[in-house]
Parts: sequence; C-alpha cells; structure tokens
Amino acid sequence: MSKRKVAVVGAGMTRFVRRAQETGKELSWQAVRMALESCEMTMDDIEAVCLGTAPDAFDGVHMKGEYLSDGAGAWRKPYMRSYVGGGTGVFVPIQAWYHIASGLFDVCLVVAEEKMSSFYPHAQAAFLTIFDHTTERPLKPNLLWIFALEMNRYMHTYGISKADIAQVAVKNKRNAADHPCALLGDKNITVEDVLNSELLAWPVNRLDVSPVSDGAVALVLAAEHVAKRITDKPVWIEGVGWSLDTAHWTNRDLAYPRYVEYAARMAYEMAGIKEPRKEIHIVEPYDPFDYKELHHLEGLLLADRGQAPQLVADGVTLRDGDMPVCPSGGLLGVGNPIAAAGLMKIAELFWQLRGEAGARQVPGQPKRGLAQAWGDLMQVGTVVIMGR
Amino acid sequence: MNERVAIVGIGWAGFRPVTPEVSYKELMYAAAVRAYADAGVDPLRDIDSFITVAEDFHEGTSIFDEYTPDQLGAVLKPMHTIAGDGLHGLAAAYMLVRTGQFSIVAVEGHSKASNILTLPEITAYAQDPVLNRPLRLNTHFVAGLEMNRFLYDTGTSLEQCAAVTAKNRRNALDNPSAAYGADLTLAEVMDSQFLAWPLSRHQVAEHADGAIVMVLAAEETARRLTDYPVWILGAGWCSDSPSLENRDWGQAVYAHQAAGMAYRQAGIRSPQAAIDFAEVDDTYAYKELQSLEALGLVPAGSAGLLTEEGATQPDGELPVNVSGGSQGMGNLLDATGLARALEVVVQLRGEAGPRQLKDIQIGLAQSWRGVPTASGAVVILSN
Amino acid sequence: MTSNIKNFPGTSLSEQDIVDGKVFSLHDSMRADFGWDTGVAVGRYLAALKEGVILGARCRHCRKTVVPPRQVCEWCYRPMSDYVPLQDTGIVNTFSLCYVTWDVQRIKEPEIPAVIEIDGASPLHGILHKLGEINPQEVRIGMRVKAVWKPTAERIGAITDILYFRPNLEKQP
Repeated sequence: MSKRKVAVVGAGMTRFVRRAQETGKELSWQAVRMALESCEMTMDDIEAVCLGTAPDAFDGVHMKGEYLSDGAGAWRKPYMRSYVGGGTGVFVPIQAWYHIASGLFDVCLVVAEEKMSSFYPHAQAAFLTIFDHTTERPLKPNLLWIFALEMNRYMHTYGISKADIAQVAVKNKRNAADHPCALLGDKNITVEDVLNSELLAWPVNRLDVSPVSDGAVALVLAAEHVAKRITDKPVWIEGVGWSLDTAHWTNRDLAYPRYVEYAARMAYEMAGIKEPRKEIHIVEPYDPFDYKELHHLEGLLLADRGQAPQLVADGVTLRDGDMPVCPSGGLLGVGNPIAAAGLMKIAELFWQLRGEAGARQVPGQPKRGLAQAWGDLMQVGTVVIMGR
Repeated sequence: MNERVAIVGIGWAGFRPVTPEVSYKELMYAAAVRAYADAGVDPLRDIDSFITVAEDFHEGTSIFDEYTPDQLGAVLKPMHTIAGDGLHGLAAAYMLVRTGQFSIVAVEGHSKASNILTLPEITAYAQDPVLNRPLRLNTHFVAGLEMNRFLYDTGTSLEQCAAVTAKNRRNALDNPSAAYGADLTLAEVMDSQFLAWPLSRHQVAEHADGAIVMVLAAEETARRLTDYPVWILGAGWCSDSPSLENRDWGQAVYAHQAAGMAYRQAGIRSPQAAIDFAEVDDTYAYKELQSLEALGLVPAGSAGLLTEEGATQPDGELPVNVSGGSQGMGNLLDATGLARALEVVVQLRGEAGPRQLKDIQIGLAQSWRGVPTASGAVVILSN
Repeated sequence: MTSNIKNFPGTSLSEQDIVDGKVFSLHDSMRADFGWDTGVAVGRYLAALKEGVILGARCRHCRKTVVPPRQVCEWCYRPMSDYVPLQDTGIVNTFSLCYVTWDVQRIKEPEIPAVIEIDGASPLHGILHKLGEINPQEVRIGMRVKAVWKPTAERIGAITDILYFRPNLEKQP
C-alpha cells in the first residue's frame, strides 16, 4: 500500500484588510494568480480546485462555494468546497492532499477566501446562528461568550493570568509588523496596551481578539513527480490530521482542547514524528484569541498542560527562540479572514521552509513546520505537518 | 493507494414530505444505524473517517458541521463537511479510501426541507447578489431559461418532458421509499400551471425529508465485510460557470465533463454499451433528458424521442430512474445524489423487490446541485 | 517568495468610504424562517422545561447522565431512552461578563453567560445559560446557583422558560 507524496509548490495571498473593495471572487482570483505565477503555472495545468470559506451567512449568499467557484479558477473543473468552520483554512489543503494522494489528480489548486465585511451591522453578529437553534440561540448568545467562557475556564484551571496571556498578543502583533499583508502589525505594542484595551467580555479585552477581516490565500499542490519538475524546493506534506469533538460543548472540559490532540496524534503518526517538541521547528497554531495559542500548543503536545505560558515568558516561542510560534504574526497580527487565515499559516510555513520569509525568516534553516487550525463550537482540530 | 473501493453498507430513513416526529439528528441516526448494521461495522471501532454534505442555509444554522458527529458515531474522529451534493461526498469518501490511510469511510446526506419555511427565498439567495437577485425572480426562472433553450436546440417537445414526469411518478409506485408515486396521464401532467414557462408545476419535483448513509471500504476489507460489494468504477464531478451571463444554456456541460472523468477512470469507451441502467437528475422533468444526452447515454438530441418510445422505461433498453427519481421520491436537497446512488446499489445487489431489473452489472448515478448552479457529479458502480 | 514581492493585492476601504458614496454598495436583508422539528429527545426536554423541570438522559452502558438529553450516546453509540429529571440547581463551571450584545451594541450592565453543571448530571455536564440577581464582580467559578423560572402560565417549552440562574443562598460552600 504505497502512499503518494504530495508537495506544496506555489503560494499567493492578498493583504488582509478590515474591508476590501474587491469582491470575494476578485480576492480569490488575486490570490490564485499570485500562486500560479509563483510556480510559473497556468490554469491549464490545474486539474482540480479545492475551496475553503467559512459561513455563507457572512456574504448573504446561499451555496457560497458555487458563487465563488469562477473566481477560484474552477470553471469547468472538478471543484469541491470543504467546510469545518474555523478549521477550514488548514483543512482545505488536507482536502487537496487527499485529491492527489488518491491518485486521481496530480495538480490541485487550493483557495481559501473570506469576505466578512459584507455582513451588517458587524460580522460577529452572524455567529449567533452557530449556536443550537433550540437549546441555545433563544438566549441570544454572542461569539465572545464562548471564547470568554473557555478562556476563563483555562485561566482558572491552571492559575494563568491575563498578563501571561497578553504576551502572546504582543509577540504576534510585533511579528506581524514584518508581514507585508498584515492588518494589525505593531512593533511597539506592550502587555499594558493589551490589558488596558476596551473590555469586551471579561476576561476578553479588545486586543486579545483578532480582527474581522477580508482576504484570500491560494496554494498549488502537486504529486511528487510533478513537484520535482516545477520547483527545486518543494515543501512536502508529511502528515495530516483532523478530529471533530461532540457538539455538546457544555458537556466538555473547556480547559483542554482534546480534539487538537487527536488531530495532532494522527498527523504525527503519519509523519513518523516521535518527539514533536524536538522535531517540529516552527509552529503556526490558530490564534483567533491570544489564549488560544497557548491552549492549542498544549493540545498539540508541544507544551505540558497549563505550561504553555511559561514557554512564552521564557522567550522560547519568539522567532529566534527554540520553538518559534506564529512567526507570521498569526491571526492576532495579520488578521482573521477565517478560512484564509488558516491557509495563511500554511503559506507561511511554505515560505519559511524555503528560506523565503524575508524579515520574518526563522533562523537556522528550519526543516519542519506544523500548522493548526480550530473551529466550530470549540470543536475541531485540523493539523498539517510540512517538511523539506 | 487502494485502487478498488466498494460500497459495503447502506441505510436510509424518512423519504416522506414531512417527518415531524424526529429532529434532523434523529433522522441521521436512524439512517446511520441501519447502514452500519448493513455493513456489519461498529462506527466507534471500525470507521476511520466520516463525511457529511450540507449547506448552512438549508439547515438554518451556520457552521452546520458542528452538529454532525454525535449521531453518526464520529466523535473525536476525522470528520468533515462538504458543501456539495451527496455524490460529491461519495467521491470524497472514495478519494479518502484510495489514499491508503483510511480503510472504512462513511458518507451522510439528509434533507429536512419541510423545516425550511422560506425555501424559495433562501434559494433566491444563491443567485448573484448584485447582478441577478435585484430582479426579484423566483429561482425557477433559471430552469425555465435552460429548458427553453434545451427544447430549442434539440427539438424536444413539451410532451416528451411531461413523459418523464409520468414515467418517474409511475415508477415510484413500486418503490416503498418513494413519497410521490402516482399514475398520471400525459394530459394531466401537461395540464398544470406554468411556473416559469415552459416549465410547468407538475414537472418540478416536490421536496421530501430523508437521510441516507453509505459505508465505503477498501477492497480487502470490503470482501471481508460482505459477499455483495458494489464497486466504484469511477467518480467525476465538475462545476461550470456560476454566472448566468456566461452560460452554455442548452447543454449540461458539467454533467458531460463529470461523466467523462468517471468513464475514463472506469475504462468505459462506449457508455451506451456499458451502462445498463441509470439514475439521473430529474429535479425538473427536462433535466432527465438533458442529463441523459450530456452523459452520452443516448445520441445527441434523441432523449425526448427515446423517452416517448419507452426506451427508458423499466423494461426498456436503458431503464432510467426506476426508483422514481426526484419526481417520484422527492427532491432531497443535498442528499439527492445519494438517493440516486442508493437505487443503483440496491439494484446491483438484487434487493429491489418488485422493481428489480434483470441482468445488470453496471449502473450510473448522476446529480446536479439545483438552480442556479451548474455543478454536478457522476458515480459509476458495478456488482 | 514573500521576500521578493513588494506589492500584495487587496484594496482597503473604510466605513466612511461607503457612507460617503465613494464606492457603490447594495443593501439586502434575507428572510430566513425555519420551523425545526425538535424530535424526540429535545422535544421531551422542552416539554419538561414547561413543567419547570430540567431533564437529562442516562446512558446505562457508560453510566453517564447527560443534559440536554439526546437519542444516542455519543460515546458508546447506543440509544438512550432513560430520561432523568435533574435538579434545577448547579455549579458555575465558567462564566463571562459581557459588555457587548450579539449584534455588537455596547451595554452598561454586563450580561453574564455561564456554563452551569446541573446537579444530577455527571460532572462537567452542563448547559449554557445566564446568571442574574448578582453583582458581576462577585461571580466565581464553583459557586452554587439555582434556576429562576418564568411563572407557570408564561412558560412555553423553551430554554427561556428559565429566566436566569441566581446564587443558591441555601447551599454556599
């Protein structure tokens, strides 16, 4: 039972902005064009297209995947849209991976697009509809609630302070100052700035949260024999994993994202990784809120439970530390166009592992990276491990 | 890679205009439990990955993916949702098994159309928000435009389209899972109001609720689990332009290309010779004719005439929609393609009872995502 | 590659650009009405709420009592048909003080959402609801709370038949 090797050979992205003039189709096209140019390919070379985009509610377009298909280059091609909430950005390359690993296709285009700004009065309000329509929605829950509830439980369980957590926001927003597409890069931000920002839903302050954004990212994936022809620096997909926990989130321990652990174990096993803390050189976990980076590092088994804040405090997770985390600047710094944000992390690893990340480059010629996204009701973990 | 993949278990529930006594989760559970029993698998222990097909606006919930694992036995397992038709889900499951990483994969699709109180409004929101929706037309207009052009290009008559409805609804009388069986004359079908001329009311499939689950397995596992595996010979899918302004209106190009992809995988050079029977989209009666031509199952322009002559009747040369299709079983929204595949599997296993076809080896299932899309998928199965 | 590219695509607009009419925009509002069948398990849950009871379900195989009830145990995949009335008291598992409504309006007095582990259900099994009749600064994880119900005549069989949970003065640790 041989397994086909799959590599990322090209990548492109748009800037992440609060509100883009471009339509969703245009954002997709811009990212795709850049990705194709980056590896000197054309749409004729693309055999299938995989698109990821989060709730249709943002755009007010039903079957949004169909609407975006032409912008994503899927005209008269096999096209699928996969969807696991916020986990989508790291899932859609997994979908492309299985397209190619199945033997049915050799070259696949991956697109993740988000245009949240269309929703009035504010995209956040669309999240009312993610809650159970009978048992929870009548309470008019707010997206902030579910994060704040989880953050509080995490802090309480391990005795972690807001200042510990704010360090993540500071690290990522500073890292993002070196990302040309970033919305909230800030070289000078401090922990005080975060703690003093507007209180939204205790314990969440405004600067603990990544901003609603528009943007798109695209990748080209290819089977081994094609990848080697296209580029002398293919970045291999060494492991993939994903896991979906029960919808009954109020019946779970919110202090630990076990679904991230399940996804990570699946990916580690596939990649043959026995000691992740030693073998993973760059980590891009999903950071829609600062505490989530810590939560996810623990779920990824890269830190002991409750110990991730110590890694940050010790400088281990800085770009030049032993285990750089979110060298891109993450969602907190670059922006959070939901599906595109996850794919941005994969693009970041692509550039980092090829030594093409410019001012964000992690030193020491990193060979292996891990990207992770999260989504649904504190429910899904998606993990991709990439290597040179 | 696992090249050979089979469907080893099927289960379904509902298939009625309304299902008020169960929630969608309970409907899914009913179908899943049957599929797992049919396959002889325990989802917790044996199933490696799960796929569901769904659209948020059909469910009335954003990120509907959240609400799928519990009732399928998929908690803390690799599970994902595809915003597509059931056959897209089936194709994705096929690909997952082929990677060699997953031996057994389950696919689910369902419809709770009865719970969508403003379905025409919601469907209208699939139209382009800037260019089309402001015209405030009921989305059936897209089918009307397409039907008109199809009739013009092929010389198909209104009676021939009506013959599809009459055939499929009569076929449904022999299908205990079909909600809309009826014995209608051509005249009765023709004598209904126009919804979007030349499309008349009786030629539009009514909706139904239902859930379908299928279990796929790699060859070695499949042979261990069942004596009657149904092999997937090929799967294809394609999306044509979503834009109404850029469309090739007469032909279902998406079906043609999806079929081409599936035939190539199956090594089929002459579909008319190789395919014994087919379950194709008939959301609108003319769609069956247009699809048959796009699939290359009949010579171009001849589908209407052949239907009139009875070639697609259960006792004809190419039985089409013996299940009753959507016209007879009901439009099951995103699960429609799985309903088509379900019939193909049941027939190939010899389990179709009074509507059993004889001497069949290869069946084709095709789906379309409905107006205003130009996307569809094809799966070719054999026993 | 990013080190080679200077200009990334994407044009940023501000709210003012739209208000000032610098770009063309279209407003639309969707009517999306649903009548969701509650089904067996949640149907029972709602009926019990109308009677002033929080209903759970017990899985005999896993020996777990869960709330809200469901038809199948997600851990062993067996059907659950033992419905168990629970108490209307519980413990705060986690909470927040939220100063923003779901549609992003600022409010002065915070809403206090909480996950409340219901007495009678297995540990860590709770429901989402809100707290009331309490000073927001005094809410603590682990505090005991009790449901405040709408008057019998006003209950319709919905989660909002419980107005909120307030501190359970009878049983503070």
